[in-house]
Amino acid sequence: MIGKISALVGVLAVSIVAGVALGPVAVPFDVTLQLLHAAITGGTVPADQAGQYHIVWDIRLPRVLLAAVVGAGLSTVGVAIQAMVRNALADPYVLGISSGASVGATAVATLGVLSGLGVYALSTGAFLTGLGATALVYITARTSRGLTPLRLVLTGTALAYGFSAVAMLLVFQAPHGEAARAAMFWLLGSLGGANWQSLPVATAVTAAGIVYLMTKARQLNALAMGDETATTLGVAVNRFRTHLFVVTAAITGVLVAVSGAVGFVGLMLPHLTRMVVGADHLKVLPLAPIAGASFLVWVDVAARMLAAPEELPLGVITAALGVPCFILLMRRKAYVFGGR
Amino acid sequence: MRVELTGVTVQNIVEDITLHASNEVVGIVGPNGSGKSTTLRCVYRALKPDAGTVLLDGENVHKRQNIAGVLAALTQESQVEFDFTVAEVVEMGRLPHDRNPAHDSRVVSDALATVDVSHLANRSFLSLSGGERQRVLIARAVAQQPRVLVLDEPTNHLDIRHQLDVLSLARGLGVTIITVLHDLNLAASYCDRLYVLDEGRIVAHGTPAEVLVPELIAKVFHVTAHVVAHPTTGVPQLLFDQEVTP
Repeated sequence: MIGKISALVGVLAVSIVAGVALGPVAVPFDVTLQLLHAAITGGTVPADQAGQYHIVWDIRLPRVLLAAVVGAGLSTVGVAIQAMVRNALADPYVLGISSGASVGATAVATLGVLSGLGVYALSTGAFLTGLGATALVYITARTSRGLTPLRLVLTGTALAYGFSAVAMLLVFQAPHGEAARAAMFWLLGSLGGANWQSLPVATAVTAAGIVYLMTKARQLNALAMGDETATTLGVAVNRFRTHLFVVTAAITGVLVAVSGAVGFVGLMLPHLTRMVVGADHLKVLPLAPIAGASFLVWVDVAARMLAAPEELPLGVITAALGVPCFILLMRRKAYVFGGR
Repeated sequence: MRVELTGVTVQNIVEDITLHASNEVVGIVGPNGSGKSTTLRCVYRALKPDAGTVLLDGENVHKRQNIAGVLAALTQESQVEFDFTVAEVVEMGRLPHDRNPAHDSRVVSDALATVDVSHLANRSFLSLSGGERQRVLIARAVAQQPRVLVLDEPTNHLDIRHQLDVLSLARGLGVTIITVLHDLNLAASYCDRLYVLDEGRIVAHGTPAEVLVPELIAKVFHVTAHVVAHPTTGVPQLLFDQEVTP
């Protein structure tokens, strides 16, 4: 287990350096390492490398780090949500957060709402409506017996259709094509807006959420066996599910605000991780975030390079990788959560 | 440990259930829909009764902390989709106790050995047969080191050998057991005392010999039964006529 974690951390470190070096303007690996070293230790950079330094430190590194944070967060949330609603097809967006956020983001992009906030308008709009959507799902799904898995999924899915419809309406009513394009781009996920300012909140919320979930790994195992079983094992099921709801919604909301709705990561990575280490959350939870982080760093590299100088939305690439991967997964004999 | 239900009522399902069990095996029998599982669910806290109390050594289970540390249950819940290994499933029995990896893994391997499933430790739980699964779930209950064990039809889906196996095993644990059983002959063989439920009420209780009499069987189950003594153990066993009584 320690070996697997170390290996994955190594992969992630290499991925981050590669993610910084690769792009429409390639910076050689050794130069990238030198520049990163200089930036971190406060060394000096020769004048002729100032341009490369700007690319490496101001543009690419924050973007690559944000990709890692988003990948880690979405994978972990996927793991937790799949156990929380005991549904193999659940992903971080099943509770309606991303479609709720898309309403705010499209309103900002097409109607110019919140324009006073400048570059933060899109994130703020997305976060606020995402939060509103989550609250609505929570209130609608709640019964006197707490949040039941099926009700949560059905409520989330139903409301998501409603929110998506509003977002689509906004896109089609957009006064000019460029606004609609910006909105669509956001809906499919992009890290194009990443800078050092977008990192602290996303990183802090994601890290805190991952740590919380890792301390609850055994409770998640019990919950995966069923509500009654979890109760007999001493888990206060209703309270625990409410906590999970709040934590996963907070992580998802913050990540959607900085990166849009990147699909497939939160659905696929949990399954891929379980295929390697089984269903035990004590093993899945430490690995899924590192695997998800490395994965999204490479997806973002592809997004920058495949159609350079244009950028592709992340969702297009995760889908291109995710759909075949998922079909292979389904074709495995009697695949269940973590079938080996 | 003593379990005591007093006046337990769940609207429209069970009414005024009063029963107790204390370091013995107590069976609950009755026709389908008579409220047996509901009664058990009140004991293992999946359900809070509308009225009445469930006490564990005098303390209300719905108020006391860490009930799972002393009370384990085998429920009817069976739709697991997560592919845990057998060892991982049994390990879950340690959840109510403070974590201590070395001690826990010893308890888990002891529990696997007790139930004779050590050879399945690394198998996928989902790949097991019904009988093996039931034994693994009992191993989980054993790993929980409870003083009270609640069993909801533990012999469901098992062949006769495994039915006997599971019940002997549970009995051999020497803890207070409350179990729902469909098979009256198994109930007579393995339980010290029985409670008979009909339409949500207790209609009889006592030793198997006191309870399992033709008049009561006819009234509650609407079948005609003959009581014979088991040739080797002497416990009452029932033989049924083919015609059901109206």
